[in-house]
Amino acid sequence: MALKRKIAYIDLSTGDVETQVIPIDVRKKFLGGRGLDAYLLYNHTKKGCDPIGPDNTLMVSGGILCATCASATARTHVMAKSPLTGLLGSANMGGFFAPELSWAGFSHLVIKGKAKHPVYLYIHNDEIEIRDARDVWGKSVTDSQWAIRDDLGDQEVKSMVCGPAGENLVVFANVMTGIKNAGGRSGMGCVMGSKNLKAVACRGTMDIDIAYPEEALEFNKKFIEHITSAKVNQTQGALGTPFIWGATNSWGGIRTRNFQYNQCEYADDIEPEHIDEICEETMGPYHMVSCFGCQVHCRAQYKIPSGPFAGKYDEGPEYTSQGAFGGETDTPRAETVLTANHLVDQYGIDNLETGSLISWAMELYELGIIDKKQTDGLDLNFGNDEAVIEMIDRISFRKGWLGDTLANGGVQASKIIGKNSFDYLIQVKGMSNLHSDERATPALALNIALSSRGSDHLRSRPAIDLYHLPEDVLRKIYSNPVPYDGPLSSEHTSYVGKSWEVFWQENCFMAVDCLGICKYHTTFLGATLPNFEDWPKVLYYNTGIEMSPTDIWDVAERCNNLERLFNLREGLEKDDPEKGDVLNHRYHDEPCKRGAPEVVGRLIEKDKFLVMRAETYQHKGWDENGIPTPETLKRLGIDKEPSHLV
Amino acid sequence: MAKVLQINYQKCTGCRLCELVCSVSHDGKSNPARSRIKIMKWEAEGLYIPMTCNHCQDAPCVNACPVKAIYRDEELGSITVDYDICIGCRTCVTVCPFGAMSYNTIDSKVFKCDFCGGDPQCVRFCDEDAIEYVDADNVSVNKMREAAERLSVASKEGATLLAAM
Repeated sequence: MALKRKIAYIDLSTGDVETQVIPIDVRKKFLGGRGLDAYLLYNHTKKGCDPIGPDNTLMVSGGILCATCASATARTHVMAKSPLTGLLGSANMGGFFAPELSWAGFSHLVIKGKAKHPVYLYIHNDEIEIRDARDVWGKSVTDSQWAIRDDLGDQEVKSMVCGPAGENLVVFANVMTGIKNAGGRSGMGCVMGSKNLKAVACRGTMDIDIAYPEEALEFNKKFIEHITSAKVNQTQGALGTPFIWGATNSWGGIRTRNFQYNQCEYADDIEPEHIDEICEETMGPYHMVSCFGCQVHCRAQYKIPSGPFAGKYDEGPEYTSQGAFGGETDTPRAETVLTANHLVDQYGIDNLETGSLISWAMELYELGIIDKKQTDGLDLNFGNDEAVIEMIDRISFRKGWLGDTLANGGVQASKIIGKNSFDYLIQVKGMSNLHSDERATPALALNIALSSRGSDHLRSRPAIDLYHLPEDVLRKIYSNPVPYDGPLSSEHTSYVGKSWEVFWQENCFMAVDCLGICKYHTTFLGATLPNFEDWPKVLYYNTGIEMSPTDIWDVAERCNNLERLFNLREGLEKDDPEKGDVLNHRYHDEPCKRGAPEVVGRLIEKDKFLVMRAETYQHKGWDENGIPTPETLKRLGIDKEPSHLV
Repeated sequence: MAKVLQINYQKCTGCRLCELVCSVSHDGKSNPARSRIKIMKWEAEGLYIPMTCNHCQDAPCVNACPVKAIYRDEELGSITVDYDICIGCRTCVTVCPFGAMSYNTIDSKVFKCDFCGGDPQCVRFCDEDAIEYVDADNVSVNKMREAAERLSVASKEGATLLAAM
């Protein structure tokens, strides 16, 4: 059964490895993936532990559907206390790693301690070996993976690794697998580096029994047709996520020059169609590739067309890299974006955080808060392509005063830089915002303010709010599986009903992360895509577990509350500018300057924002301070945590 | 008319859904080690090539089998293993030039592509048509048309360039 896959507890300090079958009642309570990771994190770390000390615990997992006959079950989830934020650290990536981990017999890894020298884990058909990685240490993301394959003499091995940035303890270093699949945000690669854990390598040939294979196969076929029939996924499959850039930029939703403008001018060179042309010229007409079992194939292949890195192969760039290295720094040139994307992939560092911090430093440089002495002579003006490329290198290797400072993350860097630098740092809970500008979209602004891992668009973003769907369509989506008859508004500039949308999306995305599937297969960018109503069948046919849509909703709510409990334990207070559910003051004080008529002049009205936030707390069953009430915890069966079930 | 699997590796997105549905439809289990089709990957170059049985005319596995357990199914044109006769010696695994005959250590059996009895699941699930099930004598003409299309595009673009000059 899919449910036979185990948890392994690995202590890198002692070399001890223990394994355990996951009890069925634990599965029903948390499913797997991010949800069970959240439970394990709360139970296996102590309050106030040092994120880069041996006491921090690193969770690696696949969802409950991982490697079953469901669609797009490729996602790997990684969780620990974040060295970037000091709160919840959580990262999710596609590729082929988690399915291989499943075929090797495991769903979840709980990694503690610190190895005496660089090591990697080799997980092979129920066996776990700690192997010497001293020869792999220092290598790039891809070279590390190929070196491990050579070391093991098996080209089918799949590894997740930290790159040089993780080794150098850059607090927003990624875990990576394949060419570009990144467990980005919140510094999980840094946690690996701090444990001297260069990689986790897997190879498995064990069966995963499918409960009802015939039904699972036929349902999967229908499911895939459902998913690929959505226009948004067809566009993704042709252009990748860069397709979002074109409309968003002309509309006025791209943060540029840190936070000075909301539209990037002269950006033709990084329009999705042009990026696609480069992909086609360098890789041929069929240049879209997939994660495991997915028919959306949203990942483009390219070679850098020109410049010092010309001819280097990579995948992407995602919309995130367009914004981070084109929009925010005001360097909207394809060569810069594609080169920068390649470097962050090879160094294993978060593209979004890196670009955002570079653009922040550029604004500080423009304002005279930092000067050429601190940049070691680098001209850090907006629009300087070479400075962007140089800074990626300096941050990843902690070179120079500014590189080393930014490698500590924005909040710590603002303390080192001093003056009023913090006021210009566009972050929530210490994590940089995506380059999207949410001033004209209160729902999206609320989403980033409340996201459990710090500012983020993948935890609760009601992206369909931008589509002006008729209210009855919105209601059909948002009043299932739990009834909702409160207000809803199709108007994206409105503050009405947005708190419920964010609450619903938060549960939807948590459910997806517990199941282990991709967010492009649910209500995120496409309004017609599957959600709670469709999942019980997939779950039943593949695992035999019977759960209703509301059961899955309850799991999601339970796990979201566990993440909140962790954050509260680590010091979250709702109005704390560094750790709270708040936005940078510029969202409230500086109106949008560019874009469509309904965007120009918009800002987030603080009083209305606070009302939305209070409404969301109510929907969640939290008190006015954003703390889950005892009744809520009891209702969800997590009133006695830590309960140490696993 | 016997059909064959026609693979266009350039269209393959590397998702390995074919491996998954192959193992689930044959054995009821998810396990690429049980799949009759495998995507060979050169990730560093972004190159993915699906490999499976070619159902050879002069098949080494048929020729080498010491107990004559492997034969051609005349209706489907597929090379087929008769498990009542097979002794599990793995000679066929050794002689197959493509690695298309595999050995499953869980059930201790050799296994290979059987066209799923005429409805290959890998073909059914591949949205990209990287693998198709076509009449054997159509493979070349299909490829010829695709090659001609490239020439046609090239000549049209050439004409446009000339006109612009």
